[in-house]
Amino acid sequence: MDVFNAIVQTLDSTIRLSVPLLLACLAGLYSERAGIFDIGLEGKMLVGAFAGAAAASVFHSAFLGLGMAILISVAFAMIHGFASITHRGNQIVSGVAINFIAAGSTIILGQAWFQQGGRTPALQPGERFEAITLPGADAIREVPILGPIYAELLSGHSILVYLAFLMVPFTWWVLFRTRFGLRLRAVGENPAAVDTAGISVAWLRYRALICTGMLTGIAGAYLSMVQNGGFVKDMTAGKGYIALAALIFAKWKPVNAMFACLLFGFLDALSIRLQGSPLPIIGKVPVQFMQALPYILTVILLAGFIGKAIPPRAGGVPYVKER
Amino acid sequence: MAQAAIELIGINKSFGAVRANRDINLEIARGTIHGIVGENGAGKSTLMSILYGFYQADSGEIRVGGQQASIKTPNDAIALGIGMVHQHFMLVDNFTVLENVILGAESDALLKKSIAKARSELERLEREYGLEVDPDAIIEELPVGLQQRVEILKALYRGAEILILDEPTGVLTPAEADHLFRILKQLKDQGKTVVLITHKLREIMAITDTVSVMRQGTMVATRETRKTTVEELAELMVGRRVLLRVEKGEAEAGNVKLAVKNLTVKDTRGVTMVDDISFDIRAGEIVGIAGVAGNGQSELLEAISGIRRAVSGSVMLDGKPIDLTGAADPGELRDRGLAHVPEDRHHVGLVLAFEENENSILGYHDDPRYLKGPFLNIDAIRNDAKDKIAKYDIRPADCRLKTANFSGGNQQKIVLAREMEQDPGVLIVGQPTRGVDVGAIEFIHKRLIAMRDQGKAVLVVSVELDEIRSLSDRILVMFSGRIVGERGPEATEGELGLLMAGVDHQEAAL
Repeated sequence: MDVFNAIVQTLDSTIRLSVPLLLACLAGLYSERAGIFDIGLEGKMLVGAFAGAAAASVFHSAFLGLGMAILISVAFAMIHGFASITHRGNQIVSGVAINFIAAGSTIILGQAWFQQGGRTPALQPGERFEAITLPGADAIREVPILGPIYAELLSGHSILVYLAFLMVPFTWWVLFRTRFGLRLRAVGENPAAVDTAGISVAWLRYRALICTGMLTGIAGAYLSMVQNGGFVKDMTAGKGYIALAALIFAKWKPVNAMFACLLFGFLDALSIRLQGSPLPIIGKVPVQFMQALPYILTVILLAGFIGKAIPPRAGGVPYVKER
Repeated sequence: MAQAAIELIGINKSFGAVRANRDINLEIARGTIHGIVGENGAGKSTLMSILYGFYQADSGEIRVGGQQASIKTPNDAIALGIGMVHQHFMLVDNFTVLENVILGAESDALLKKSIAKARSELERLEREYGLEVDPDAIIEELPVGLQQRVEILKALYRGAEILILDEPTGVLTPAEADHLFRILKQLKDQGKTVVLITHKLREIMAITDTVSVMRQGTMVATRETRKTTVEELAELMVGRRVLLRVEKGEAEAGNVKLAVKNLTVKDTRGVTMVDDISFDIRAGEIVGIAGVAGNGQSELLEAISGIRRAVSGSVMLDGKPIDLTGAADPGELRDRGLAHVPEDRHHVGLVLAFEENENSILGYHDDPRYLKGPFLNIDAIRNDAKDKIAKYDIRPADCRLKTANFSGGNQQKIVLAREMEQDPGVLIVGQPTRGVDVGAIEFIHKRLIAMRDQGKAVLVVSVELDEIRSLSDRILVMFSGRIVGERGPEATEGELGLLMAGVDHQEAAL
């Protein structure tokens, strides 16, 4: 039973750890499918995390915090759009700039406003998103196998967790079943076709980036208001980049993205679980190695195991009408 | 005369210092096929882009169906019933036919309803105009002829009454082009107006009712097609008399210079593109390889010139073998007197960001003539480039200009000058006049024949059947990686066309 409990607990933390990845990955999916590379996912998540925790703490409302996280993150996405869509700048440079601005400004503003070394004040109950207990979870907790799976694994997460997983079918539906999705995919493949069909390439790409900003905002809010009880500097810790890796691994498809993020989340959970405990045969493994494991596997997976990933064809190229 | 579908009055358009359109007046009658011819850069495409709302004219007036129209975006044009089939198809390659047709003209926010509506509408259009396409096929899996049909369907689905086609036959086989013309005639019979932009005069003669000629941004003439000739149109286009078929004497074939034997080549996907091909080229003759693009000609050229590895077979240059297994070093082949003018001058033949003089020695840059110790001898290179510019009439005559700023014809002359002036024994030329103006074509053809008359062995690969017939002393036809027939220059177009389409040569001979 111990092994079973350990598995359930590891899977439970897999879900928790993969949520920010999943939200960021879907965020990247909207922009990259529209032909805008977005290496600034990391930065947008970070400003979202900061804005969310700061607003929640000041206004004593989790939902106001979430709203502010989304607002600020979308604003940063619009900066990326202004640079790379309106002014046809290099999308990588713009994205990197956003990451730098995010890393610097969150610390400066945090220190200026709260004087806690760049942190936001610890969030009180009501300022955070609390865990939701699904109906009947407590009643069947003692049922063997199914009980723990329902009560531990499926129940007891915050609303943002359920939202993140609901975004997967929703994103699929938007992309493949709506007019907006058709146009979004088209503009990422051949913007000239969209332009000659009488649709504004710029406005379409801006709308894709608004979707991106909303999702990175939610991802940031999850980090500072669910996973953690406040904002800590650089708390995204590369999750934006891992999300990009997952996006490539998932070949820019929503359902694949979910599985990719779960895999990365699982590796993360496993490395935490196995820290310090000796492995059979190998013996004790240094903590650092276990922490590096998800990243090492990222490199291996991306290098060899995904086959040919064909990105959206117009990705990274600013649209210029040809003469 | 029927009522005008479109009137353009005093259209002007400049891009920076370049005046692409000057004071253009044009009237296109309803229910006719109207051709617009002109060399590259004459302003045809710009004019049509203005009509389609892609650009806006600096001044001038557009009238559609007698009403003054303001066309600011393609949407305005579509609303006025103007549809356009672009030279480079505006299709999303990994979408289905239906998805491409509805893109931008969806009837509903949800795709399901839009697609259902489009499906029945498409069936009607297909019946009416003979435009059969599988609505669920993925674009990139369709041959170009069908992709073009999708473009036409797109325009018709949007209710186009006036259809503009920009260089529609550039990518088509002769048979596909014929089919396209039948479709256009059918559109005309149904009362649609068709505007055909092209630089192929034969097409103009075959299908249009009226033809307008553009030169250097101005409209120089409009003629009724049946009252004009190809010669007159060519002269109007270029501004001087042009020889459409270069004069040449009998070939005096000498020794075998290049012998290809049982050559087999695969492409990067591992598909056999050249399948057990053998042929010889002798000194003093031009051998032309005809075929629809994609039947292995590119791979054949690449293998012979040492860019691509061959699977098996042999190639002998002057009786000595070329190492095909280790991808023979193109530099070594150059030293042995094999010069290559690649098909794709933009990606293989030139570095567009370089100055003209740098490109004029590319590949020969380690020749002692261009060196001063370990350094490039810049003066020698520039003087050499100036000589070539004078000899090949490359314009503008500025060896310091960035190569990208030359027109297609002049870029091709830069490559030809570089390769021909090395005095090679064997010259291999892929698509000698792709994207090149009528005037420059004449020049290039004359140079190639001059090479032949100097006793060089010349191999020409071209998808332009006219060019092959006018240049070659012997014509080989490639289909599906094999040589399916050899003919003399007197072979008819129909005969070669059948071979190119893969029809068995017994049948073709009948």
